[in-house]
Amino acid sequence: MTTEAEAPTRWVGNRLPRREDRRMVQGAGRFVGDVPNTHAYHVAFARSPVAAGQILTVDVDAARALRGVIAVFTSGDLGDPQLTAVLERDEFVTTQMPLLARDRVRYAGEPIVVVVAESRYIAEDAIELIDIDIDEWPAVLSFEQGGPDQKPIHDEAPDGVLVDLQMFTDDRLDETLAEAHLLLEETFRSGRVNASPMEARACLADWQERDEQLVLHVSTQVPHQVRTGVAQALGLPERRIRVVAPDVGGGFGQKCVVGREEVVVAAVTAKIRHAVRWDEDRQENLISSFHGREQEYRIRAGFDAAGTMVGLDADISCNIGAYSAYPFSCAVEPLMAASELPGVYKVGRYAARARGFASNKTPTAPYRGVSRPQIVLVMERIMAKAAKRLGIDEIEIRRRNTILADDFPYTGPNGITYDPGSYMEALDLCVAEVKKAGWYEQRGIDDGLLRGIGIINFSERTAYGTATMGMRKMQMTPGFEVSHVRMDASGDVTVTSGTCGHGQGHETTFAQLVADRLGISPDRVKLRQGDTDLVSFGWGTFGSRSLVIGGGSAAVAARKLADQIKIVAAEMLEADAGDIELVDGNATVRGAPGTQLSIDEIAETVHFRAHTLKHHEEYLLEARGTADPPGMFSNATHAALVEIDPGTGGVRVLDYIVVEDCGVVVNPTIVEGQVRGGVAQGIASALFEEMSYTPDGQPQTGTFMDYLVPTASESPSVAIYHLETPCDQTETGAKGMGEGGTIGAPAAVVSAINDALRDYDADIDAVPVTPGVILQVLAQGTRLHEEKL
Amino acid sequence: MKPAPFEYHRAYTPQEVVELLAELGDDAKILAGGQSLAPMMNFRLAHPSALIDINTVSGLDYIRRENDELCVGALTRHRALEISTATEVREGFALLPRAARWIGHYPIRSRGTVGGSIAHSDPTAEWCILARLFDANIVVLGVEGPRTISAEDWFTGFLTTAAEPTDMVIETRFGRPRTHAALTEYARRRGDFAIAAAAVAFDIEDEQCKNVTVVLGGVAGVPLRLPEVEALVENSGADESTWKDAARASAASIKASSDLNGDEAYHRHLVGSLVERAFAEAYATASQAPA
Repeated sequence: MTTEAEAPTRWVGNRLPRREDRRMVQGAGRFVGDVPNTHAYHVAFARSPVAAGQILTVDVDAARALRGVIAVFTSGDLGDPQLTAVLERDEFVTTQMPLLARDRVRYAGEPIVVVVAESRYIAEDAIELIDIDIDEWPAVLSFEQGGPDQKPIHDEAPDGVLVDLQMFTDDRLDETLAEAHLLLEETFRSGRVNASPMEARACLADWQERDEQLVLHVSTQVPHQVRTGVAQALGLPERRIRVVAPDVGGGFGQKCVVGREEVVVAAVTAKIRHAVRWDEDRQENLISSFHGREQEYRIRAGFDAAGTMVGLDADISCNIGAYSAYPFSCAVEPLMAASELPGVYKVGRYAARARGFASNKTPTAPYRGVSRPQIVLVMERIMAKAAKRLGIDEIEIRRRNTILADDFPYTGPNGITYDPGSYMEALDLCVAEVKKAGWYEQRGIDDGLLRGIGIINFSERTAYGTATMGMRKMQMTPGFEVSHVRMDASGDVTVTSGTCGHGQGHETTFAQLVADRLGISPDRVKLRQGDTDLVSFGWGTFGSRSLVIGGGSAAVAARKLADQIKIVAAEMLEADAGDIELVDGNATVRGAPGTQLSIDEIAETVHFRAHTLKHHEEYLLEARGTADPPGMFSNATHAALVEIDPGTGGVRVLDYIVVEDCGVVVNPTIVEGQVRGGVAQGIASALFEEMSYTPDGQPQTGTFMDYLVPTASESPSVAIYHLETPCDQTETGAKGMGEGGTIGAPAAVVSAINDALRDYDADIDAVPVTPGVILQVLAQGTRLHEEKL
Repeated sequence: MKPAPFEYHRAYTPQEVVELLAELGDDAKILAGGQSLAPMMNFRLAHPSALIDINTVSGLDYIRRENDELCVGALTRHRALEISTATEVREGFALLPRAARWIGHYPIRSRGTVGGSIAHSDPTAEWCILARLFDANIVVLGVEGPRTISAEDWFTGFLTTAAEPTDMVIETRFGRPRTHAALTEYARRRGDFAIAAAAVAFDIEDEQCKNVTVVLGGVAGVPLRLPEVEALVENSGADESTWKDAARASAASIKASSDLNGDEAYHRHLVGSLVERAFAEAYATASQAPA
């Protein structure tokens, strides 16, 4: 605990220990599974054993008859509820996601029947007694669709294309590329992955007769959006539903959409008027929650002889799985990919088409980084290839194409205006640190292992406000946040926010922002979030928005509250409000040392002795703040040092350096934690993780034995350096930074692998890079090498 | 991921276990460390009607030497071998503690048992590979009394053994002290089941390899001995070119298949590398000579 006497003059920038950690390490956190409700029933889902087909019969009689089973529901039994994600675009095909499959199944693992029982054990026993007869159809798994035996996944989209965005066009692009000194035509791929939060999805629904309210505890990033989804699916007004997200054990996007199982649990509770809980197990989470990142990029890039990019053309395909997730829809990945592909580069002419293809695989949701891990891989590999072909140094070619300090504000051919960043500064610092760390000496060691260095540069747009989100044309457009700050009679402060932290340390960083404005210790500031009855409305936590928009709105509210306190203090001290300063828990008068009142006295007076105040007609100490920024660019340079064992094809990331710029750093420890976790997740998709399917659509990676989430043993130490380009569009000067680690790591690792295999003509452009891929390159490269001799 | 209903029994003597097995029928299973059985039950891949918990059986947790044989009681935890510095282990069986480090993660090694691993007979399991490498004998107790089955006869197929349903593994007797022995493995993550494993043992006389044994894990339904490779190395010089020849012959001898890690060529290459490294490591790290 920091006492007020030791308080720094500014809490922002301080490495304040996370206030959440105490309860977490003491086992005093409260996740959905910890929420007490001893009489709650448990549910389990009978899921489709096949990837595609027509449901012929569903026989649940034996399950219903099992002792301990309370109820069994099919889609029809619940009134065929559904979730529908809508994008108001002509290029978008609206499709429905039934809560339980009715007539068709579209992926292996899709829920068909829900069993309610006294325990999860009995519910799973009952599942084994359910007989589902399905006429199995050939599975559609890739982008190539419309084979002779294949049936459309959704009748509304016979060609499987749920969204087809021709985002940018340039009539002269083809001509420019044809005339370019160097034309690269390349294909890039990334594997399908699962975000794998430590806490899988979970919910506990209870019917509160006293309040005529359905109370849903759910492990989510977006409580208000869950409330809306449940309200729409059940036909209830929003007030009749209260959604509470207690401690949430990670989300990474998988919990920023509304899961059909969560709504089913709510529907079942509304029907039987009894508490019901669902704790998703790991197998369910891997196979049937939400995936992401299965993409292919067909790229044409033209360069002039000096290495300047003159044109970029992209044809982007995203395998979005069987359904469009609510509420963001399946367009999230294609939209992001086409809009932000150019990244930190001036690409000349630009055109991009991005499509989302349905498949008989698990639906996708936004996953930390959303398309940017892929587009950074694409752009950085393009730069490396061009440098090699043109005989230009890899750093130099980036310098020739990067948006430089003098260019800001820069508007690209993608129509986006970039606020100032430190793109070249970060790259130069990272290169210097790599040299200092002795990586080049390690790279040259000749001991049978192959070592390589990858250095990549990128920016990421964060904290999208309403105007920017509006361009996506979602029926529900997120962006703004509203925060309330109130001081109680003892001078402590409660902040509410519509963002919903789930591991990011918001209780710490929001407190720092508010404390600075009120001149009190962050210990006296309590953030309340994740409860729709407590917070008026908010969009939740995703897209690196919370500290910037949620924290920004809290900072605005705190500033307004400070103004109120100053007016009261001015009256009590007989001074001018403009001369009052709030410092170290006191209101002081500028130029009059010793004349002061504690914040506590002011708060007490406002609450209990209001009759003594003439100029405080508002009563109490409460303020409301809003924030709705356009979205600003953070940037970072990542460097990876990898070691390849030619005997096993194994790749180890030996060391890792990040130089990042997220504007004003509110808490360096928390920023660094986000970077490290993100890097680990990026390495995961570069080397380890992939949700694989058999040709008939059976998932092959349904346990952590097969789906290789890297552990601490596979994660390198990460050295982190901060640059600060303050953002002039926000109250706090901060930019978002929740996703950058994940965004940069795949490109850094793949670049380092290609460098390690430099003597073997390596040209690896797909992730994950498995040992088998490494061995193919080694075998092929050795053959080429021998042929040359 | 909850198991189907099952009866739970607790036994206190090996005899009691065998009697319960006979009484409860084929669907009853012995619960030792539970590191394979419990997950299989939770996935409902195994539906035993009854479990007989043997963690209360006394007298089966030991590591002792009987002449040339290293006798390991069925309830000996992996961890006990991993940390053993006993002379009877060091002399001729120094590979066992080294090999134990490859087994899963610390909690798994603390809980899992040697007898359970032998009974489960996973073809990548370290003790199963070493049982073949050290010509082990497996002592089981059946309704007719105890009997001994050689490791060669024990492993009959993927997760199947020569044991009768009413047999209980009592002891594994690693049979042949070796001066030069090594086990190498590769998995993409530390602690995972190996994609492939290679174990070799040999003696050196007059700079030549003698009594060569080569066993592969993870390439077949059982831990696989490679007699042709052993013959190739027998009487050859203990040097790098021999290891390379052994690697090539091993890679060529297996029936490779492709999986999520790589294609057939990858698996052959990996096996070759592991065999070569096993020979090199075994050559470099001589066990103490048998007393």
